[in-house]
Amino acid sequence: MSSDSFTAKKVRRSQFGSAALPYLLVFPTLFFVLVFTVFPTLRLIYDSLFLSNQAVQIPQFIGVGNYVALFQDEAFRQVLFNTFLYGIVTVPVSIALALTLAILLNRKLRALGLYRLAYFYPAILPMVSAASIWLFMFTPDYGLVNIFFMSLHLPNLNWLGEPNLALPALMIVGIWKQTGYLMIFYLAGLQALPQDVYEAAELDGAGPFAQARHLTLPLLTGTTLFVSTIAVLNAFQTVDQVYIMTGGGPNNATDMLLFNLWQTLFSFYDIGRANAISVILIATLLIFTISNFFYGERRTQYDH
Amino acid sequence: MTREKLLDWLSVIALGVVAIGWAIPILWTFAISLHPPDEALSADNVWFGSHLTLENYTTAFNIAPFGTYYLNTIFIVVGILVVQLITSTLAGYSLARYRFRGQNVIFFIILLQLLVPISTLIVPNYATIRELRLFDTLLAVMLPYFGSALGTFLMRQTFKAVPRDLDDAARMDGANWLQTLWNVYIPPARPALVAFSLASISFHWNDFLWPLVVTNSEASRPLTVGLAIFTQLGEIGAQWPLVTAGTVIVIGPLLLLFLIFQRFFIESFLHSGIK
Repeated sequence: MSSDSFTAKKVRRSQFGSAALPYLLVFPTLFFVLVFTVFPTLRLIYDSLFLSNQAVQIPQFIGVGNYVALFQDEAFRQVLFNTFLYGIVTVPVSIALALTLAILLNRKLRALGLYRLAYFYPAILPMVSAASIWLFMFTPDYGLVNIFFMSLHLPNLNWLGEPNLALPALMIVGIWKQTGYLMIFYLAGLQALPQDVYEAAELDGAGPFAQARHLTLPLLTGTTLFVSTIAVLNAFQTVDQVYIMTGGGPNNATDMLLFNLWQTLFSFYDIGRANAISVILIATLLIFTISNFFYGERRTQYDH
Repeated sequence: MTREKLLDWLSVIALGVVAIGWAIPILWTFAISLHPPDEALSADNVWFGSHLTLENYTTAFNIAPFGTYYLNTIFIVVGILVVQLITSTLAGYSLARYRFRGQNVIFFIILLQLLVPISTLIVPNYATIRELRLFDTLLAVMLPYFGSALGTFLMRQTFKAVPRDLDDAARMDGANWLQTLWNVYIPPARPALVAFSLASISFHWNDFLWPLVVTNSEASRPLTVGLAIFTQLGEIGAQWPLVTAGTVIVIGPLLLLFLIFQRFFIESFLHSGIK
C-alpha cells in the first residue's frame, strides 16, 4: 500500500463509504418512523377535519365539526371523564403502593425473592390474559372477590354489571398489573441512594417515617417522574381490559378513549370522528409527556 | 418489644398480605383449569372439585388452534426483533459515530415515535395496511414496528460511550465500517442489546389492539387476539374451567420462562427503562 497521502485518502473513502453512508445507515429506521408514525399523524389531523362516515359518499370538509360534535356528545364527555378518572386513581395508587413495597422490601428479608416474584409476575402477563383472569375473579356468586366479600358479611356484588363498580373493577386490574413493574424501578433507585445520609439521619434521631418522607421521597424524585410517565401512558392507552371485561358498559361506565376509538372505527365506521378522537388522545399524551419532561429538566438544573 | 421490632413485624405482615392478594388470581386460575368440567362451581366449591383433570386443556386445544396462534406470535415477535436489531443498530451507529447535515433533525423525527404511540394511530395505519393489500397477514402486524425509536436511542447512547481510540485503531488496521461496527461497537453493547430484545419481545408478545385491527383469520392471529376471541365464543360462555385452561395455555410457558430467568428478566427491564 502506498504512503502517498492522496492514495491514503482514497483508500479511506472507499473503506469507510461515501458521504452517503450515514444516511444509508439511518434510512431504514427513518423510513418506518415516517411511514407509520409521522405521516399517519399528519394524515390523522387533516382527515379529522372531514365528515367521513356511512352517510356520505365522499368525505366533506367540515372544519372542526367533528370536534364540536364530540364535545357536545354526552357519551363522549363520559369517555373523557372515565379515562381521566382511571388515570387519576390508578397512577397515584400504583405509585404509592410500588414505593411502599419497595421501601419495605429494601432490606435483609427472608424469602425476598418470593415476595418480588409475587408482586412482579403480573407485569409479564399479556393484559388480555390478566383481564380474562379478573373477569372470572369478579364473577357474581362464586368469583373469589365476592367469596372474600361474603366472608366479611359484605354483599355479593355484580362488579362488572354495576355502573358504579365496573370502572373501579378495571382500576383494580390496572393497579394489580403494573404495581410490581413500577416497584422494580424504585428498588433500583433505592439501592443507588447514598447510605451515609441515612446513617447521619439515624444519628440525628430521625425515625423510619421521617427518613422516608424527608430523605427517600425527595431523593427518588427522578424515579417518580419516570415511573409516573409510564403509568400515565398506560392509563391513557387502556383498552385490553375494557374489551375483555366490559365492552365499555354498563351504560358507557367503562368506555375509555382508545376503546371508544376502536369502536367508532370498527362498529360505527365513522372515520372522521375516529380521527378526531385520535387527535384528542395524542394531544393529551403530548401535553403530559412534554410537561413532565420540562418539569424533570428544571429539577435537574436545580440539583446542579 | 421495641418500636423498631414492632415496625419490622408490621411491615412483614403488610408485605405478606399484599403478596398473597397478588398471587391468588394466578393460583386460582391454575386450580380451576384442573377442575372437572361437569362439576358446577359454587360458593362452597370454588377451588377443587372431586379430582384434578387435564380434560379442559384437551377441549381448549380442540376448540381453538392455540398451536397456530403460538407459531404466529413467535413468528411476529422474532420477525420484529430481528429487523429492529438490525435497523436500530445501524441507525444508532450512524447517529453516534458520524457527523452529517440534518443529523439532529433526523434524530428528532425518530424520537417522535416515543411521543406518539402506534396504538393511537390505528386509523391511518389500518388504511395504509389496506392500501398495501397486507390486511390479515403476519407482515401487517409487524410492519409498523420495524423502526424503533427506543432501540435507536439505546444503541446511540451505548455506542457513544465506546472510546474513539478503539474505533481509530480498527480503521488503521484496515477494517471497513461494518467490521468496525461488528468488532468494536457490538461487543460492549451486548447488555443493551439483550435488554432491548427483552423489552421488545415482551411488548410485542402482549400487544393486542394493533393485531386485533389488522388480522381476521386463524392463520394470522397472535395468541392475545386468539385468547380474546376464545373467551368470547358463544359456545364457551361462562365455562370457567375451559376459559382458565385457555388462559393458562397462553401464559404458562411465559411464567415458566420468567421463573427460570427471574433475575435476568428484572435486570433487563430496568436497563431498557432507565436511561
